Amino acid sequence: MRFLELQAIYIMWLRQLKGFVRARSRLIANIIQPFFFLAFLGIGFSTAKFATIPINYSYLDFLAPGMIVMSVLFSSMFAGVSVLWDKQFGFLQEVLVAPVSRLSIVIGRTLGGSTTALIQGFVVLFASLVLGVKISLSGVFLAVIFLVLLSFFAVGFGLAVASKMEDIHGFQLIMNLVIFPLFFLSSAFFPIEGLPSQFKMLVYLDPLTYGVDGVRGSLVGMNYFFLQLDLLVCLVLAVAVLLVGAYFFKKSEV
Amino acid sequence: MKEIVVTENLTKIYNKKVLAVDHVNLRIYKGEIFGFLGPNGAGKTTTIKMLVTLLQPTEGTAFVNGFNILTEPHEVRKNIGIVFQEPALDLQLTGKENLDFHARIYGLKRDERKKRINEVLELVNLKDKADILVKNYSGGMKRRLEIARGLMHYPNVLFLDEPTLGLDPQSRRAIWDYIKEINKRENVTVFLTTHYMDEAEYLCDRVAIIDHGKILVLNSPAALKNSLGNDLITLSCNSTEKLYNALKSEHWVKNLKIHGEELFLGVKSGEKRLVQIINLASELNVKVNFVNLRKPTLEDVFLHYTGRKIRDEKRDFRREITIRRMRR
Repeated sequence: MRFLELQAIYIMWLRQLKGFVRARSRLIANIIQPFFFLAFLGIGFSTAKFATIPINYSYLDFLAPGMIVMSVLFSSMFAGVSVLWDKQFGFLQEVLVAPVSRLSIVIGRTLGGSTTALIQGFVVLFASLVLGVKISLSGVFLAVIFLVLLSFFAVGFGLAVASKMEDIHGFQLIMNLVIFPLFFLSSAFFPIEGLPSQFKMLVYLDPLTYGVDGVRGSLVGMNYFFLQLDLLVCLVLAVAVLLVGAYFFKKSEV
Repeated sequence: MKEIVVTENLTKIYNKKVLAVDHVNLRIYKGEIFGFLGPNGAGKTTTIKMLVTLLQPTEGTAFVNGFNILTEPHEVRKNIGIVFQEPALDLQLTGKENLDFHARIYGLKRDERKKRINEVLELVNLKDKADILVKNYSGGMKRRLEIARGLMHYPNVLFLDEPTLGLDPQSRRAIWDYIKEINKRENVTVFLTTHYMDEAEYLCDRVAIIDHGKILVLNSPAALKNSLGNDLITLSCNSTEKLYNALKSEHWVKNLKIHGEELFLGVKSGEKRLVQIINLASELNVKVNFVNLRKPTLEDVFLHYTGRKIRDEKRDFRREITIRRMRR
């Protein structure tokens, strides 16, 4: 019994990885996009002065952690939503009719999604190093914890959205109306200090703020909140949203 | 004979108003090829989806190999293999990887997995295509792979939902032969749905004709056809009513029906009766336009029980669409 569930988790994970490697165009797009953001925004804003960025750091140093988060976030979200593709291509039925618990299916998919997302995150991290971002390698471990939690959150969110939707067009809408605004608000692009106070409230309310802040804190310093707070928010968020996603997925009929 | 699938008043109502499956009671025996024959929207796929535990019945239940689909879905799933109407393969994986995925998710151990993958690939003749990505497969190859996959975990019952839908005639033939072969070699009971008469006739030991969610008649194809009479005469004339009334009282007329403008008669020895009918018509001053004498087909059986042809123009599209949308 337990063996069966582990097998199911493993094969769901493996499938996700194979799909990731084989969808070349998506792979390239996912890796190149954050790199462009990083390079162009970093260079473009290199002469702009943010009063709160310490003198020995550049804007690029500030921006890089946000871009790593972006690539992990979007690729995890995509992994969650890929349930929609399975639905559309009928493969979901093959999975749902198997004698394994749906929880194992969700776990397998989540781990698969997180793995692929982390790979992409590391590619951006490496790119940042190449571009000269002052990353402290001792903070990488803590950053990975943040990224894993963020990725669980995003997979869960994607699963929830996918279970409630019929096709892929709705996903675009959610991306544009929910995810992009949340990400732009998250202090990935600008420091929180010195923002107008109402706007600051919005930034505080955005859960992604804490993820970005946490990753930034662990990789280059400059964190706004205590890292413990960042970690707590991310942990609660990841668990809660993943549970909701799993619940919706369990409920969905094919 | 041992019963392997039993349904008890199995019913599905969508949206509280569309009755897709209406109190179906079935007994399917071990080892047979059983067919559900009916037009689109008859409730075939809905029935299968309930039997494989993907849909909850509104009323009634069913047993697969003794396990209740409502209370023991896990056990039911272990006992069945299924080939869905729409392909359900991962196009990004190779044929072999699709089978491996299936084997693992059904808990086959490593050695068994390897052995079985080879076996089923051989069974459907896909061994040399096993390492090609499925997205490069033809429609017939995909179907064969799905049949192979359905057999991977040694199921007791294999469900096939419209197994040859959308295939060219040559591939259809091949699929038919594979189905017969696996039924015999693997000793697996096959439950298939189809709206092709020839398919039901060629493959099935027993056929149930289903329409509007109800089973109208159930028997072997030969018995179904014979129930209409050995020979079937269709006839068109200028006064169908008049001739109908005259023929009604003849003892040798086994079946008599009017469908549209035509008169249908089932009789024992057609050649002899044909002359008799023509004579009778001229006595009554009825002018016969054409006659046709042939052996009854399942199409005639369907017409007999439903009053329409299986691919009728007057389809109930609204019903079909509701069912199609709801069962996803």
